[in-house]
Amino acid sequence: MKLDSKIPQGPLDKKWSEYKNHIKLVNPANKRNIDVIVVGTGLAGGSAAATLAELGYNVKAFCYQDSPRRAHSIAAQGGINASKNYQGDGDSVYRLFYDTVKGGDYRAREANVYRLAEVSENIIDQCVAQGVPFAREYGGLLDNRSFGGVQVSRTFYAKGQTGQQLLLGAYSAMNRQIGRGKIQMYNRHEMLDIVLVDGKARGIIARNLINGEIERHSAHAVVICTGGYGNVFFLSTNAMGSNVTAAWKAHKRGAYFANPCYTQIHPTCIPVTGDHQSKLTLMSESLRNDGRIWVPAKMEDAVAIREGRLKPTQIAEEDRDYYLERRYPSFGNLVPRDVASRAAKERCDAGYGVNATGEAVYLDFASAIERYGKEQARIHHMDENDAKLVYKLGRDVVENKYGNLFQMYEKIVDEDPYTTPMMIYPAVHYTMGGLWVDYNLMSTIEGCYVLGEANFSDHGANRLGASALMQGLADGYFVLPYTIGDYLANDIRTGAIPTDLPEFDAAEKNVRGMIDHLISNNGTHSVDYFHKKLGKIMWDKVGMARNAKGLTEAMAEIAQLREEFYKDVKVSGTNESFNQELEKALRVADYLELGELFAKDALHREESCGGHFREEHQTEDGEAKRDDENFAYVAAWEYKGNPSEAVLHKEDLVYENIKLVTRSYK
Amino acid sequence: MNLTLKIWRQSNAKEQGKMVDYKIANVSPDMSFLEMLDVLNNELIEKGDDPVAFDHDCREGICGMCSLFINGEAHGPDRGITTCQLHMRKFKDGDTIYIEPFRAKAFPVIKDLVVDRTAFDKIQHAGGFISVNTSGNTQDANAIPVPKHDADRAFDAATCIGCGACVATCKNSSAMLFVSAKVSQFALLPQGKVEAADRVLNMVAEMDALGFGNCTNTGACEVECPKGISLENIARMNREYLKASLK
Repeated sequence: MKLDSKIPQGPLDKKWSEYKNHIKLVNPANKRNIDVIVVGTGLAGGSAAATLAELGYNVKAFCYQDSPRRAHSIAAQGGINASKNYQGDGDSVYRLFYDTVKGGDYRAREANVYRLAEVSENIIDQCVAQGVPFAREYGGLLDNRSFGGVQVSRTFYAKGQTGQQLLLGAYSAMNRQIGRGKIQMYNRHEMLDIVLVDGKARGIIARNLINGEIERHSAHAVVICTGGYGNVFFLSTNAMGSNVTAAWKAHKRGAYFANPCYTQIHPTCIPVTGDHQSKLTLMSESLRNDGRIWVPAKMEDAVAIREGRLKPTQIAEEDRDYYLERRYPSFGNLVPRDVASRAAKERCDAGYGVNATGEAVYLDFASAIERYGKEQARIHHMDENDAKLVYKLGRDVVENKYGNLFQMYEKIVDEDPYTTPMMIYPAVHYTMGGLWVDYNLMSTIEGCYVLGEANFSDHGANRLGASALMQGLADGYFVLPYTIGDYLANDIRTGAIPTDLPEFDAAEKNVRGMIDHLISNNGTHSVDYFHKKLGKIMWDKVGMARNAKGLTEAMAEIAQLREEFYKDVKVSGTNESFNQELEKALRVADYLELGELFAKDALHREESCGGHFREEHQTEDGEAKRDDENFAYVAAWEYKGNPSEAVLHKEDLVYENIKLVTRSYK
Repeated sequence: MNLTLKIWRQSNAKEQGKMVDYKIANVSPDMSFLEMLDVLNNELIEKGDDPVAFDHDCREGICGMCSLFINGEAHGPDRGITTCQLHMRKFKDGDTIYIEPFRAKAFPVIKDLVVDRTAFDKIQHAGGFISVNTSGNTQDANAIPVPKHDADRAFDAATCIGCGACVATCKNSSAMLFVSAKVSQFALLPQGKVEAADRVLNMVAEMDALGFGNCTNTGACEVECPKGISLENIARMNREYLKASLK
């Protein structure tokens, strides 16, 4: 099948409005006869379900959590971008578009990103109307802050809980429609297969997680909004239940999987403490505004710190290596995420890491406390040479800005980050890759749409901070509600899709077969045992820096591990009950396939770009080396029965409005 | 650390439950409480026993999925955190720890420590929203200035994570703190004032119909709330309710 991105003709800034003016509509009476399934209730799924229901479609929404309000969008901290230019600092739709394409290392589709920037303003209007309590200034207007990789203040925020507030906004819009009966909500349900009838997505098979019932649900279209697949690494900042299953099942039924190797490793997370660790916690990017990142300059100091003989505060200023400031003088500690993460790894690999595992660097607020303290002392006409006073005043300022994050750190690590520097290390955070979609957000399965982190479309090879929330809501509130009408207009006479079709029989049989196998396997190891092994392969060989040898090994090791899993996994309990081990087993089974495709994609992409760094492709001073001549395309993989046999389809990325240049933050 | 755990086991909503003893050895003080339960579950699975079911998801204190009554307190002994943020360094070697589900008439047990909190969703369906369409064709976000003080208080109320600790803690199993947080968030914002009266009446009626108890001002909910939602919200809701009733 040839990939057709269906990007409308015409100038960039007219494409979306012209396109909207000419696509088909469904009249209100007909909408009442059309059903849409939405899987996942994060920012993308929640906003899509609410809007489609409001338009008059009958929506069935599914989430694996006990309430749609718990989807992992809720954990996003920093903010949401929009080109409102409320600060009058020169922002515009074009600039937001440009920053996003550049930040993504020129591997995103121009038309999609421009549309995203265009609708970003509507998102803020919408959220305020819904009662989202964004931060405000004393004059009562909305406040903004600044994020990495850009030169304007365009980030709207609600303290460190922006994702929570936006998600609760979408959740409240859903609640209004659930109350009206326009959304049927299925909590604690997991989609385990997608059903195709005559090549079109017409339903799903879902498992009721409370009693194990395998249910058939039909609709005229299926919308997948199930987030990213960072948990393929076992340890990530994702929620424990975040999984790739819905997307992977769609892939196995014909949806191409695009750029699986583009993964964002976030530089500021709390380091791993031991084998018991179940997940990693992010410390917001905003901390890099004031924190300085360093490791000891002398190897003997690093060793002494690791062995507990020396404290970081005992190391003299001249014996510290502020390596980001050293390597990237113009952006310093505020380089984009991919760059900061690789630099931390480089220092730790060279032996300068600072915790027992050797995998941590310092994020130090001492100079910020001093700087703010002196400023406060001057403002209040106090003695700026009184070190104690300066510390107290400075500490208050820092506490005001980052108090909740410092408290979170202290609870986890049991150290006071005001007096001793934080320890941080990169962790898997977001996946830019996902199911391939066209301009309408439709996958290569007709009638199967994919929104938010689950699709590949807008962030290229690296996502900028505060852009994930923007994309999720743009897709759900403002893009899909238009584009899906163009497709559903052909279904006004179809009538309800029956669930007793042979296609539903076959899909259900498939799901039951898999569950029966897992339950009756009676092996020797728990699901986590295999998941941890997979995570270790992924982190060691498909992580922050990759090479051909490691990737080839990883593919073989994952295939081997998958075989062992099916032979030796032990899943306790039965299907017909609340069974969390079975839930995990079904998810890990899919990760064991995705992981291999992920490595294959990384192996084929013989260049370094954004979050994908190939050791063979770097400049002399260790920077990423992109290859636009050979790799300026989206790699979309077609399932062929085994991840290693997946077939590559290329969508060439055409840049008509932006000139491709090398990203430099030096 | 070596610990004794006394855990509520109940195979489903219909069966009788009971406390069961477990020993767990070599617990690291750096583990989170839920990671300690992960270790226990792995041991149970490899022995062929049924692991303990408990709700959890984000494990960073924001999704509201985790619960647990630990030694008689919702989310355990520490303040201002959820169970997933509780670390084993809060316990001592040799301790016995009692682990029970959140108990309330409106939160029936599904299995072991997992309870059904959909009653919270149902209260929200009754009015936990502002009736605006999601078309984006609203006025500009800065068209109505909102005093910073009001916006900040609305935000504080809106940080409720819907975990249900307030209900589990309250001797009357009252949901007043939860409901008042949502009522307050919208009552404090100009966008929410338009339908404030209907909202408070409908949400309170639904709360009562679902079997939550009334508030007798003991304030226990505020103490145990992991997000520090203030009792002031209940006072504000009572005022809103009175105002709406007199209309």
